[in-house]
Amino acid sequence: MNKTINQKAWYFVIPVFVLVAFNAAIPLMTVVNYSFQETFGNNVFAWEGTRWFKQILLSERFHASLGRQFAFTFIILLIQIPLGIAIALTMPKKGWGVPVCLILMSMPLLIPWNVVGAMWNIFALPDIGFLGYTLNSVGFDYNFTQQPGDAWFTTILMDVWHWTSLVVLLSYAGLNSIQPAYYQAAEIDGASRWATFRYIELPKMKKVLTLAILLRFMDSFMIYTEPFVLTGGGPGNTTAFLSIDLVKMALGQFDLGPAAAMSLIYFFIVLLVCWVFYNLMMKNEAQS
Amino acid sequence: MSLELKNVEKKVGIHTHIHPTSLKLEKNTINVLLGSTLAGKTTLMQIMAGLDKPTSGEIWFDGKNVTGMKVQKRNCSMVYQQFINYPNYTVYENIASPLAITGVKDDEINQRVGKVAELLKLSAMLNKKPDELSGGQQQRTALARALVKDSDLILLDEPLANLDFKLREELREELPKLFEDRDCIVVYATTEPSDALMIGGNTATLLEGKVIQYGKTLEVYNKPENLISAKVFSDPPMNIAEITKRGDNCKFTDNDVQWKSSAKIKDGTYKIGIRPHNITTYKEGNNSVEINGKVQISELSGSESLIHFTNGNLNWVSLSNGTQQKNVGEDTKLYMNTDEFLYFDQNNRLVNNG
Repeated sequence: MNKTINQKAWYFVIPVFVLVAFNAAIPLMTVVNYSFQETFGNNVFAWEGTRWFKQILLSERFHASLGRQFAFTFIILLIQIPLGIAIALTMPKKGWGVPVCLILMSMPLLIPWNVVGAMWNIFALPDIGFLGYTLNSVGFDYNFTQQPGDAWFTTILMDVWHWTSLVVLLSYAGLNSIQPAYYQAAEIDGASRWATFRYIELPKMKKVLTLAILLRFMDSFMIYTEPFVLTGGGPGNTTAFLSIDLVKMALGQFDLGPAAAMSLIYFFIVLLVCWVFYNLMMKNEAQS
Repeated sequence: MSLELKNVEKKVGIHTHIHPTSLKLEKNTINVLLGSTLAGKTTLMQIMAGLDKPTSGEIWFDGKNVTGMKVQKRNCSMVYQQFINYPNYTVYENIASPLAITGVKDDEINQRVGKVAELLKLSAMLNKKPDELSGGQQQRTALARALVKDSDLILLDEPLANLDFKLREELREELPKLFEDRDCIVVYATTEPSDALMIGGNTATLLEGKVIQYGKTLEVYNKPENLISAKVFSDPPMNIAEITKRGDNCKFTDNDVQWKSSAKIKDGTYKIGIRPHNITTYKEGNNSVEINGKVQISELSGSESLIHFTNGNLNWVSLSNGTQQKNVGEDTKLYMNTDEFLYFDQNNRLVNNG
């Protein structure tokens, strides 16, 4: 085959280059730039090498917020995935209930994130919020602005309320794609409800569930707006997840160098977990 | 042992899916349910299996009324058009699954799975998962799952429809042999008249939720009780034309083609059914009659030639052996084998069934 040489074709690639440069490369490189230097404003920079990276990786503050971040993500995945599947299983498969359920389920997903935070803040206020007031009046000593446990409880509850729907909708789609013949075959075999779930529904939902876990992992790992509006990272630093801590460092203390180093570490963690997860998923795929 | 449907009817809302149907299927028989899509084959099978309850009527099995009895207690198995297997079980585990659930011992499972796997040529792939297999092998696995159980009733719902041509031919030949020495009733649903002829046994022709005729497959084919049954059991579609009979002389109403008929029927007007393979480009039988036609469509399919032609204002379909090259628009002569004509009266009943 004869290859046509046409250097003009490069012109067609230029728009993509420009776009990627503006939305990814340039901002990222700015961060990289900051992470290796010290600046005192006025565009004066001093080379610092890997000092900020070492500082962040060894700082207890970073370890603590990273730990909180993993704990939070782990807990919400542990709740949202099984709960989402369970709700999807109980949703009607036909009739008027389907649109009603789907619309109800989509509602939380349509609410802007800071509104979710503000809503839950007011909802959970111990003196005037419905949730806070009710809990206190039935005898719980509940105050999310002062007690770390309550703050965690509220943040997790809020995230479960906001995002379980996504898992539900994905699982529901997965369940609906299973042909009725599978259920009949299981019925003929005399399989129990649990066996039907374990050996037909779960394997058939595998793909959407991996997608759901991946999406929920990334989203919750990068969570910022909702806890920021709800607790602002408090009380103290107890709900300061990675992103909240990062913003505090960058914009609160104006420690641009360490903040840039932390962003990059943060970014690499997300990338690494996604990569590992994706590979595990694909390995499973290749086996079966 | 027999399966008997007594006046079984199935309605969903205002729609009648199965009109009152009575059918008796005997032990050690293969019974073909033949009808187009939506004829009610699947509904009828689900009622037989107990996956679905009839709106009215009774189902008797082995002398017992089993209407409303759950499918788990019926000892039946079913194979579907789609290849239904447990996705994360190996072929072995899939075949073993109906036995494992009922608590058969491991040695016996091993032995029975081995036997049925050999029968269905799956021995080499027992450790594979269904999605590593070809469509044909997946369907063989599903068949093996149905066979391993020693069911009293085996239902096959268009099992070959999703296979490609070659695999379908191969499996279709094997199917009747698989059921030869089994103490069970086999029901096989299909849309293809050729499937029914190949499988033999008994055939029930279905149309729009009604069983039109039930009997030995060849009898139903050769002596359809009525025009509907004949139509259902004919592919390509049957040619139907009106004729008049005076004495031995018969003549089409719409053209001048005449022939002598030995059918012992009264004079009058009849509808006549001619299967496409009884109109050919060459003479067949001793009593063939010539018809002129203008070729509309000419298709060669392997060893057969399908020619659609018009004569006057009637459309005809003919099917000849060999490759008969015809050009569209060409005037041609074809021959009808009058011995094979089916005569129907004004009520669409077959009259020359003697």
